[in-house]
Amino acid sequence: MNGQSVAAPPAVLPDTGLERSPFERRALRSLLLTVGIWVAAVMAGIPLVSVLYMLIVRGGARLGREVFVELPPAGFEMGGGFGNAIVGTVVMVGIAALISIPIGVLSAVFLAELGPDSQLARVARFAAKTLTGLPSILAGVFAYAAVVLTTGTYSAPAGGLALAVLMLPTVVLTAEEAIRAVPKITRDAAFGMGCTRSQVIWKVMLPTATPGILTGVMLAVARAAGETAPLLFTALFSSYWLFEGGRPHLMQPTASLAVLIYNFSGMPFENQIELAWTASLVLVLIVLFINVLSRLVGNRRA
Amino acid sequence: MTPTTQMKTPTTNGHGAGAEITPDTADAVIDGKLDQVYYGGFLAVRDSHVKIQKGKITGFIGPSGCGKSTVLRSLNRMNDLIRGFRLKGHVQFRGKDVYGRDVDPVAVRRHIGMVFQQPNPFSMSVFDNVAFGLRLNRFKGNVGERVELALRKSALWDEVKDKLKNSGLSLSGGQQQRLCIARAVATEPSVLLMDEPCSALDPIATRRVEELMLQLKNNYTIAIVTHNMQQAQRVADVTAFFSVDISKGTRTGYLVEVGPTKQIFEEPREQLTKEYVSGQFS
Repeated sequence: MNGQSVAAPPAVLPDTGLERSPFERRALRSLLLTVGIWVAAVMAGIPLVSVLYMLIVRGGARLGREVFVELPPAGFEMGGGFGNAIVGTVVMVGIAALISIPIGVLSAVFLAELGPDSQLARVARFAAKTLTGLPSILAGVFAYAAVVLTTGTYSAPAGGLALAVLMLPTVVLTAEEAIRAVPKITRDAAFGMGCTRSQVIWKVMLPTATPGILTGVMLAVARAAGETAPLLFTALFSSYWLFEGGRPHLMQPTASLAVLIYNFSGMPFENQIELAWTASLVLVLIVLFINVLSRLVGNRRA
Repeated sequence: MTPTTQMKTPTTNGHGAGAEITPDTADAVIDGKLDQVYYGGFLAVRDSHVKIQKGKITGFIGPSGCGKSTVLRSLNRMNDLIRGFRLKGHVQFRGKDVYGRDVDPVAVRRHIGMVFQQPNPFSMSVFDNVAFGLRLNRFKGNVGERVELALRKSALWDEVKDKLKNSGLSLSGGQQQRLCIARAVATEPSVLLMDEPCSALDPIATRRVEELMLQLKNNYTIAIVTHNMQQAQRVADVTAFFSVDISKGTRTGYLVEVGPTKQIFEEPREQLTKEYVSGQFS
């Protein structure tokens, strides 16, 4: 450049071959980071695996026909099961789902599609986000005041309402995300076919968003099925069947797996503690089963 | 967005007049007189009078941002979905103004079908995609028969007849676009609007869709926006050339010239058209 540019400019690429050189600085760094990531991943897995291991080892021992068909044992009784608690959990989570899914999905349609920028939507979204962090015992207090005090009894609907309050924000927020994630071109196609606004929502947006909505619903169901606190003073507990003589007795204290685990695990009796472990395993299996089922349903629609 | 105040923009300015009139105007299925199209305060298109003739393919060409898609989407009121859209002028479909007070835009879109730039099948089976419009219109006849017919017309039947239950999204891009065409023609709309239907496709799929358009021409009236001048030459009977006017500080599209495709490409009346078709700007 300055009149003396005879020498060739320095090469940018090193004058080495294309072979891998394992002791180069960046290779070592890459190795270090890879190892670090593996360690972190394994550490994150340890609690999960160890909980599952304990559940299977200690809970699996008593798993058999008996625990599904027998009623919880009293004090020094041997044997027994928690059939009524399984029924109670399924019924109360079912009630909660029946309340929270329609309200949640319809609210999500409003938030995502009808009035996303309206003042009402802003308030509702803020409320839902705040409610996701609601201590679950407060949901129980709410249902206690709303149902238990007015009807005068602990009951399955009271427990169901408490769980519904917990599920609602999760359902609303994930369903809103799922509906928003439907591509704009799909929406255009629906309008282009001559759909009215409600047809666009019912025939195209919601079916397309179904897998995403189901994921949110499943998260909410899984959380609700494992909640103890909101049931403690809404459904309480019971040692009797919810269905007696072929018809349901909803307006009475109702057993649930979560409360059974809570009660039995604190008891000084070996039999009850074993049953608490088995109940935990069954609860995990129920959640797993619902999860797999919803995925199958969701995939078939897509 | 600068609010445009000059509502009475002169139709001529330097290059090109607000063109209109094609040889035989009597056969126009759609007569779109778009004096001004606004998005909010932005004048997107002015002085464009397009006529879509029955049984022919009308091609809209022009540089980016010249408003050709806006014009197309104004014809079946798809632009109603865009906030701030306003139109001065009229769009007559078989003599009736689709922007009339008593007209339902949903009904307009059912009669004037649309195929989009990106293939956008619904997330449902191939069959359900094609049957969608039939069910929407509560078609009483044999749905299966109509679906097969539409897929045959769209030159897709042989490729999908064994996978009608598969998701429409599992098909290749070119197949998806032909599925969208089948979905649009299943309800037998009078007019098919195509907004750059091949721009997301590879050359082979493009060629198939073009052949398809030439076949469909016998039963349908088609208007197609294309960025590709060769495509316009291959398929269009009538070509409308749009350009952008940047003299007012904003980019406003307008119709420069319209005529038989051969004339537009070989002996255009306007200098601007000549420069565009000979590739001097794009």
